Amino acid sequence: MIEVKDVTKVYKTKNGELTAVDHVSLSIQKGEIFGIIGYSGAGKSTLIRLLNGLEKPTSGSVVVNDLEISSIKGKELRKARQKISMIFQHFNLLWSRTVAENIAFPLEIAGVPKAEREKRVKELIELVGLKGREDAYPSQLSGGQKQRVGIARALANNPEVLLCDEATSALDPETTDSILSLLSDINERLGLTIVLITHEMHVIRKICHRVAVMQAGRIVEQGSVLEVFRNPQAEITKNFVMQVSDSREAKEAIKHILKNYPAGKVVKLTFVGNTSGQPVISYLIKEFQINVNILYGNISETMDGPYGTLIVQLDGDPENVEKAMEKLKTMNIQAEVITK
Amino acid sequence: MMETLFPNVKWHIMWQATYDTIYMTVVSTAVTFVLGLLIGILLFLTSPNQIWANKIVHFLTGSLVNIFRSIPFIILIILLIPFTKFLLGTIRGVNAALPALIVGSAPFYARLVLIAFREVDKGVIEAARSMGANTFTIIWKVLIPESKPALISGITVTAVALVGYTAMAGIIGAGGLGNLAFLEGFQRSREDVTLMATILILIIVFVIQWIGDTITAKTDKR
Repeated sequence: MIEVKDVTKVYKTKNGELTAVDHVSLSIQKGEIFGIIGYSGAGKSTLIRLLNGLEKPTSGSVVVNDLEISSIKGKELRKARQKISMIFQHFNLLWSRTVAENIAFPLEIAGVPKAEREKRVKELIELVGLKGREDAYPSQLSGGQKQRVGIARALANNPEVLLCDEATSALDPETTDSILSLLSDINERLGLTIVLITHEMHVIRKICHRVAVMQAGRIVEQGSVLEVFRNPQAEITKNFVMQVSDSREAKEAIKHILKNYPAGKVVKLTFVGNTSGQPVISYLIKEFQINVNILYGNISETMDGPYGTLIVQLDGDPENVEKAMEKLKTMNIQAEVITK
Repeated sequence: MMETLFPNVKWHIMWQATYDTIYMTVVSTAVTFVLGLLIGILLFLTSPNQIWANKIVHFLTGSLVNIFRSIPFIILIILLIPFTKFLLGTIRGVNAALPALIVGSAPFYARLVLIAFREVDKGVIEAARSMGANTFTIIWKVLIPESKPALISGITVTAVALVGYTAMAGIIGAGGLGNLAFLEGFQRSREDVTLMATILILIIVFVIQWIGDTITAKTDKR
């Protein structure tokens, strides 16, 4: 569906050249939700704008829907953009138009006749759950409602691809979840390919199938979301995974415990997929006669299944603790001893 | 009462002058609006990082705008006499004032248009581009509607300035309240005529400002 081949984008600035995107290759399948995560300045904004030709690559090629976006221009590119929609962090609605008129805008651009436009707008308003707000102006809407208008507008011309540029970064956590559910629902119902960029691992965890981690213009890691969560390679990826698995308070608490209870071992257990359903703790206690003190626990739902972490203190006969550790490994649970 | 307060005012002449002032203001404002908008669009689109980014065109247009904006209006009228003569065959009458009024105010309005367009959210323009909008659509359906309050308050300011300009144009014989105040009031020392002309000019200005403010408030949905 989307093929990015060895793309580099260099900006010329007063202080010399700036490589925003550095030899990036990506392949995104039809119907998947693909996330690109990175801190600000990593080049993800530029990368997503290469996909609809708002930016032109310095070298390399971008193919979307069998069209080489990186080389077409003029009328052909404008036509292609009608099938590659985009939603934005700050919504970018026209304040001078009502909700209905904003949603009708891309249809006007595509030259859809008025009667048909009105019918389509009505459907879209229902789809995004904004019935009754048709004649409101953007200034009268909440952030979440504005993004719903943005989504409706993006879907107007039945696109093949939806690009989300930090679409939930300006929203509160609850609204973020409702917008993410809407996106995930649209993906399933319409079979739409979604590419999103974000700096929040929470967004990736909640709706993405695959993820690429970007740093200084390069993709440093990519894979299925569950795989990346289970086994992050790059340092930056580990940081992102930590965003959603270990809370900062937990870290503080563990430090405290390590200091006050030097006995035994503090172990971080990572459960992925079906292993998270096993009654591990009670098994360890019964089988090895050791004490298990639970320090921190967390479970996150990803698109491919649950992912959990549990931090426990194993105390008792050192030999039995060792045995317990061995046993955990055979149960397909990652166990990692935490030291000071 | 009016007879005693304004003994020298010949009302039919006063009304004719008022009509002339309104006529010159309305016609020159209308033409200034269109011309200024076009120049403003050109200035905006040719500025750096815009759709038609072009240093040379931007510099030339900007320079012309600055030159005409800087020439004092009274001098501009005199400089434009040959041009007006060529265009209309005469330099007398209300129509003869129009070229100078328009040349004097269109560059001023073009600047205001440029400022108004710069205030339009870049993200909205980007959104329109991402939907496949062409340049014409972006101008017509994004830039102009999204800057409407600023465009209207800008033309209001320009129209008020134009009322002042018509009074100056009166000096070269264009007619209107300025001409009347100068010829009848000043040169013949009839202060009541000057006073009445001033009152009428003030009323015209207030009405223009009121209309402008009302429309601006109505179009602003932010």
